[in-house]
Amino acid sequence: MIVFDGVEKRFGDTVVLSDLSFTVAPAEHVTLIGPSGSGKTTILRLLMCLDSVTRGTIRVAGQELTGDEKRSRQVRRRIGMVFQQFNLFPNMTVRGNLIEAPTRVLGLSKDEANARAVELLDLVGLREKIDEHPSRLSGGQQQRVAIARALAMRPDVLLLDEVTSALDPELVAGVLALLRDIGETTDITILCVTHEMGFARDFSHRVMMFDGGRVIEDAPPERLFTAPEQPRTQEFLKAVLGR
Amino acid sequence: MFDNLGLIVSRLSEGLSTTVIAAVGGIALTVVLSLVAGLGMLSPVAVLRGISRTYVEFFRGTSEIVQLFWIFFALPALTGFQIVPLAAAILVLALNHGAYGGEIVRGAVQSVPRAQYEGALALSLSSRDRMLRVILPQALVEMLPPFNNLFIQLLKSTSLLSLVVVTEITFIANSLRAALPVSEQLTVYAVLLLMYLVLSLLITAGMRWLERRAAARLGRTRATPRINSRLHKEQAA
Repeated sequence: MIVFDGVEKRFGDTVVLSDLSFTVAPAEHVTLIGPSGSGKTTILRLLMCLDSVTRGTIRVAGQELTGDEKRSRQVRRRIGMVFQQFNLFPNMTVRGNLIEAPTRVLGLSKDEANARAVELLDLVGLREKIDEHPSRLSGGQQQRVAIARALAMRPDVLLLDEVTSALDPELVAGVLALLRDIGETTDITILCVTHEMGFARDFSHRVMMFDGGRVIEDAPPERLFTAPEQPRTQEFLKAVLGR
Repeated sequence: MFDNLGLIVSRLSEGLSTTVIAAVGGIALTVVLSLVAGLGMLSPVAVLRGISRTYVEFFRGTSEIVQLFWIFFALPALTGFQIVPLAAAILVLALNHGAYGGEIVRGAVQSVPRAQYEGALALSLSSRDRMLRVILPQALVEMLPPFNNLFIQLLKSTSLLSLVVVTEITFIANSLRAALPVSEQLTVYAVLLLMYLVLSLLITAGMRWLERRAAARLGRTRATPRINSRLHKEQAA
């Protein structure tokens, strides 16, 4: 489904990703962990065509990502992304945020898009907020709307970029429970960047440990969290888990 | 001093409609030119950026009176084509103020957080929809206060039209001055000042109304400007 082949990404002289190759199977849940600046978020941004590779190729469902805007739009239609800072549109209500892309990009009628919005707001438990502006919602509520907005496009792939990092601690559990629910009840391929190791352990089929723009360990969570092979992974988990 | 107040007000009012037409027409065309120039300066197409930037620098960097004289006196001499005075006045006002407005639009669009652009991009919205549906509505809130200043400036610039014999209120005031004693001249210009003040207050009232509406569309109220949004979120939580 997703193939990275010899991908390198540089910003000026800084190498962010170096000779990166991996594949993600359909419906697989892959969590990317590692220290800040190790290139995890860059992978999601490359997949969403928000940045382009310096070298190598990325393919999503057989389509290679190039700098071509038309092709990028076709690929983006299959991918949903949830951002750390929500990125909801403040000039629209919750309903507006949810129906904008389905009507304008997928060509759904307003009634169809509205029905989909209501269904998704039921899923995230915010139906009563449908006509509110995002600024009237708490951070946790905004992030749940952002998840619903990404799902409204019925994506094949969902990218989650530190979706709980900007939330107050007491709001984190609700968002993670929602993501677990989505993971269990859909066959969406999910790539998740997170520092929530408990969530990564429960949610993922695979965990990839990044350091210095490379994958240094790639293993099922039960193995990576209990018996990491690489000293750097052991050091990182010790620091994050406090043991 | 106020013996002829009624007459003075009545005579000046004869030019009021011309001033209002010049100001309203100038403002309408300024908005159009500002948007075209502002968005042109942000275009990915280099030629459009170049044309927009040239327009802004030329009309911002040359004297408004000289521009006015060019349209009224030099252009007809060069082309043999004389524009209707009031239409030419509106054109000059708009060309000049549109150059300043272009920078307001450019700055406001660039002040919208990049995350909003990326959010729209991630939803596959077209570049047109990204701009018209997401970025411009947010930029509008930032544009309105400086546009208020610009429109008031434009209103005051209508007084320059008296130099090219457009019969707006300043032109009539100058005509009255010649026919009245010094004590009455004071009244003429006092009434003239008041007329500009009232018109500018009307512009401000209209713009403040638009500001409130635009802010409400972003879910903001006067009590919860952007700086207090975090506090509001905590209350909502």
